[in-house]
Amino acid sequence: MSAHEQFAENLALLAMGSLEGKERQELETHLRECAACKRELESLRGDMALLSLSTTGPKPPGRSRERLMAAVSREPRRAVAPKRSRSWWMLTPSLVAAGLVLVAMFLGRQNSALREQIAGMQSEAARDQVELRRAHEIVSTLTASDAMRVTLVAAKTPPQPQGRAIYVRDRSDLIFIASNMPAAPAKKAYELWLIPTSGAPIPAGVFKPDAHGSATVVNPPLPAGVEAKAFAITIEPEAGSTTPTMPIVMLGAGE
Amino acid sequence: MSPAEARTGMSDAALVSAIRAGNEAAMAELYDRYSAVVYSVSLRVLGDTGAAEDVLQEVFLQLWRNPDLFDSSRGNLAPWLAVIARNRAIDGLRKRRPESDVEDVLLSVEPDMAGEADRAIAMTKVRTLLGGMPSAQRSALEMAYFEGLSHSEISAKTGEPLGTVKTRIRAGLLTLRKAFQA
Repeated sequence: MSAHEQFAENLALLAMGSLEGKERQELETHLRECAACKRELESLRGDMALLSLSTTGPKPPGRSRERLMAAVSREPRRAVAPKRSRSWWMLTPSLVAAGLVLVAMFLGRQNSALREQIAGMQSEAARDQVELRRAHEIVSTLTASDAMRVTLVAAKTPPQPQGRAIYVRDRSDLIFIASNMPAAPAKKAYELWLIPTSGAPIPAGVFKPDAHGSATVVNPPLPAGVEAKAFAITIEPEAGSTTPTMPIVMLGAGE
Repeated sequence: MSPAEARTGMSDAALVSAIRAGNEAAMAELYDRYSAVVYSVSLRVLGDTGAAEDVLQEVFLQLWRNPDLFDSSRGNLAPWLAVIARNRAIDGLRKRRPESDVEDVLLSVEPDMAGEADRAIAMTKVRTLLGGMPSAQRSALEMAYFEGLSHSEISAKTGEPLGTVKTRIRAGLLTLRKAFQA
């Protein structure tokens, strides 16, 4: 023990708060100069803490907590830390930090919004892909050269040339499938016409049937949004015509 | 990390800082951690639940008013509060004005008593040590600590010489310290 032996017992009494009079004054004077005795005093208080803790057991009633917290709420908060006057430039780092936090929050939101948008686009694209594949399958089935094309008619009726046009006005999409078509005359071809509700017939593709008499026309170039009244087929030069050459060999009106 | 810290994730020092900023929830948390420590020792000294509650209130309110009284660099609050509470209770018992300013109370203690478990272990050990002390030494120590009697009062009560009483008090405290240093 490095504390001064002559003060050792009085240090314990001082820690306990029971040293009085001259002895106390003497010791307190000594303590101002003696770090070792000061440390010993602190250790003695630590020993006292152990004694205090040995009593631990009883818990205070619940009302004590309420009482304390009520008192705490009533107490005006005294600024404990010394207040320094702060110039605006001292605030700058905090403002910059606050600004950065806001920017980070904004960017975070933007980021998540973009993520959502991308996710939306991805699922849309995936849907489109599925539809496209389906459409492609349909079209390739319809137009496959090795497809077996069977036209069913009433029994005992000789096979008749037939054409079926499927037209979607809003998209200007047109699929035409023909069967049992006689071969076109030499240097001639069939031409499909869209007959609008008003105005002249519009060329809708030139085709030649294959050996089985089948032919397809898929999405020929058409003006947008034309209301169709009927579709017709004429025989034209192989390069096609801008106006139909009579007679009309086949004709069908919309249902 | 003590169990208390694990629960709230805040050390005593952090809670004291929060109190400095006027955070009432931090005050409530410290109360929940240490009210039993403060109340138990006050009750032991005063033997009266109402008076012990008053000391409890006073000690925590003092911490709220002036959190800087506690030197956070010296570990956790438990030992400090335990000593402050004892001193306040003795002041109340002896009907004297608070003698020692709490600002004076710096202490250092060996065992880490941050967690309830640490304190429970320390408590059992101290009780065992007290039980193992010669009865004259034990009663001198308890009279001085829990009854706040001076060595002359103890001497008058027991008929033992002043010097012997002084020696016993100090020796009793050192017995505790040595047991924890071992």
